[in-house]
Amino acid sequence: MSPRFGIRIPRARVVVLDLSGDLRADAREDLEAAYADAAAREPQAVVLNLTEVEYMDSTGIALLVGLLARARRDGREISAYGLTDHYREIFAITRLSDFIHVYDDEPSALGNVPAGT
Amino acid sequence: MPRWRRARPAEQPPAPLEPTDIALSPDDPLLGYLAGIAGPVPVDRIPIESPGVRALREAGISLVVPLVASGELVGLLNLGPRRSEREYSTDDRRLLQDLATHAAPAVRVAQLVREQESEALARQRIEQELHVARLIQQQFLPKELPDLPGWHVAAHYQPAREVGGDFYDFLELPDGQLGVVIGDVTDKGVPAALVMATTHSILRAEAARLVSPGDVLRRANALLIEEMPPHMFVTCLFAVLDPTSGRLRFANAGQDLPYLRTAEGVVELRATGMPLGLLPDMEYEEKEVFLEPGQEVLLHSDGVVEAHDRNREMFGFPRLKRLVAEPVTGGELIDLVLAELGRFTGPGWEQEDDITLVALARLPVTARSGPAVPDETVSLPGDARVLASFEVASEPGGERLVLPVLATAIEPLGLPKARRDALATAVAEAAMNAIEHGNDRRPELPVRLVVAATDTAVLVTVTDRAVNSVGEQDVEVPDLDAKLAGFQSPRGWGLFLMRELVDEVRTRDSAGGHTVELVLHRNGVPS
Repeated sequence: MSPRFGIRIPRARVVVLDLSGDLRADAREDLEAAYADAAAREPQAVVLNLTEVEYMDSTGIALLVGLLARARRDGREISAYGLTDHYREIFAITRLSDFIHVYDDEPSALGNVPAGT
Repeated sequence: MPRWRRARPAEQPPAPLEPTDIALSPDDPLLGYLAGIAGPVPVDRIPIESPGVRALREAGISLVVPLVASGELVGLLNLGPRRSEREYSTDDRRLLQDLATHAAPAVRVAQLVREQESEALARQRIEQELHVARLIQQQFLPKELPDLPGWHVAAHYQPAREVGGDFYDFLELPDGQLGVVIGDVTDKGVPAALVMATTHSILRAEAARLVSPGDVLRRANALLIEEMPPHMFVTCLFAVLDPTSGRLRFANAGQDLPYLRTAEGVVELRATGMPLGLLPDMEYEEKEVFLEPGQEVLLHSDGVVEAHDRNREMFGFPRLKRLVAEPVTGGELIDLVLAELGRFTGPGWEQEDDITLVALARLPVTARSGPAVPDETVSLPGDARVLASFEVASEPGGERLVLPVLATAIEPLGLPKARRDALATAVAEAAMNAIEHGNDRRPELPVRLVVAATDTAVLVTVTDRAVNSVGEQDVEVPDLDAKLAGFQSPRGWGLFLMRELVDEVRTRDSAGGHTVELVLHRNGVPS
C-alpha cells in the first residue's frame, strides 16, 4: 500500500511532509508512518505542508502534539505552512505555534530553516 | 559408655580445662575452614592464622571437632590436651567424629527451636501492641454517621493488619454546619495511635471555637508541633459543610486531594498546606466550592491509590477518579471503589495501609418520573428562531456530517468567515464528545442538534443520551508544555477548543440526557 502522506527532501537535511485531507484521529498511523519515513533521512528540520488539509479537529491537534513531542525528543525542528486563518487561530489558541513556526508558504518556510551542516 | 573415659594413665594427668567461652566473630576465616573439613583437627595443624585460632590456642584447646549439619557449621566441640598427655589417637578421633555427626543435627534442631521461640515471643509482643493501637484508634472513630436532610453521608474505614494511623471524624458545628475530618498519621502502632488521639482532640476543640478550616489547621499545627515525636507528622483535611447552601469550605494539610463529581466531570479540590506537626507557623489555604444537587465529594486516604496489585502496579489516582465519575452516590460509591480495589489487588491481598473513604453526596432535588422526552432537554430563549433541528447517528466521523447542515442553517445570518469557522469547530467538538462519550459510540443512539438564533446570538445545542456520565477526558485544562513533557495525554483539547472558540459554553443535565449549549455573539469580537 502506498503511503497516504508523501515526503519530499527539497534541501539537505530538510524533509517536507505533504499532509492532506482530514487530519483526525484516524490519520494517526499514516502520520506516524510519514514521520518515521522522514526521520529515517535524519533531517535537521521537518516542514509540515498543510495546504491540502481540509479539516482538522481536536484529535488531529493531539496527533500534531504527539508528532511535535517526538520530533523534540529527536532534536528536530518542526515548522508548518499552508494553514488557513482558522487553523492558524487554533494553532495560536493551543500554543502549538509557540513550538511550530508557522509560515505563509513553502519558500518562506524553507528560507527560515537553518542551513544544513 | 565409652571405656576411654575411664582409662587412667599411670602418671598424674594434667588438670581438666575449665569450661571457657570462646567468642568467635561470624566472619572469622576459621569458621569457613572448619565448615569445610571433614573431621576433628588439632589446633596446631590449622593452616590459617586468625583471631579465632589465637583464641582457641590461648584457651588451651588442642583439638577442635566441627559440628556440621546440612553443610552448615552449627557448633564446635573443643577439647583440651588428652589427659594422658599423648596425642589424640586415630580411634579417639573416629569416636569424636561419630559423636559430632550425631550431635550436630540435634544441636541444629535445638537452635531452631530456640530461634522460633524468640520469634514467637517477638510476634506476640507486636500483636499485643497492634491490638492496643487498634483499640485506641477505634475509640476515636465516629460511632454513627451524621443524618443530614437532602444529603447522603457515608464512610468506610478498613485497617491494615499493622494499623496505619488513618482517622476520620464528623463534628457538629454551629448553625447546623458539619465538620468533616480525614487524616493519616505517618508511622504505625501505638505511637501513631496516640498522635492520632491527640490530633483528634485538638481538632474537636479548635473546630468548635474557630470553624474556619484554614484557622483550625493552623492552630492544630501550632499545638501539635509541641507534642510531636520526631519523624512523625499528620496529614489531614478539614472541611466544613453547610448543608443548606451546599457550601463546602476546606483546608488541606497534605492529605490526598478529594474528588468532586460535577456535571462537567470530576475535579480535584485543591488547597495547599504542609502536613501538621512538621514546621511551626504554617498557613493553610482555605478554599470553597458549592455542591449542587446531584454532586458528590469523595475524601480518601492514601491507602486506596497506593494499593498495589501483584505486579506492583499502583491503583493510582486516575483509576479512583474514573470511579468517582460513575453516577452512584454515598455508600454505593464507596462499595464501587472497594469492589474495584478488590478486583485490582486480587484475592489473598495483604492490605498494606489503612483505607479510609468518606463520601458526601447532595441528593438531586426532585426525581423526575415518566419517560424522557428528548425535546424537553433543549430549552431556548423565548425570542429564538430555530434554524435547524436534526440528529446524527453515533458513528465514527458523525460530527463531520453536522458541518454542512450547520453551514446552511447559519448562512442567512451573514456571520464573518472567522466566526463561522470558530462555531463549526466548536460544534464538531461538542458533537464528537456526544458521539464518543455521551452515547458511547452506539450508532442506534442519535445525537440531537438544534441551531437557533436571536437578534444577538447564535445558539447550538448538542444533546446526547448520557449513557456514560461525563468523564474526565476534558476536565483537565490542556497544557502544551505538560503534554510535550509527557505529563498530560496529547489529547483532551475538545472542551478547551469549544470554550476558546465561542463566547459561552453551558452544560445541562436532565432525565433525557446531557446537553452542551454553545453561544456565539453575533457582533461579538472574534476571540
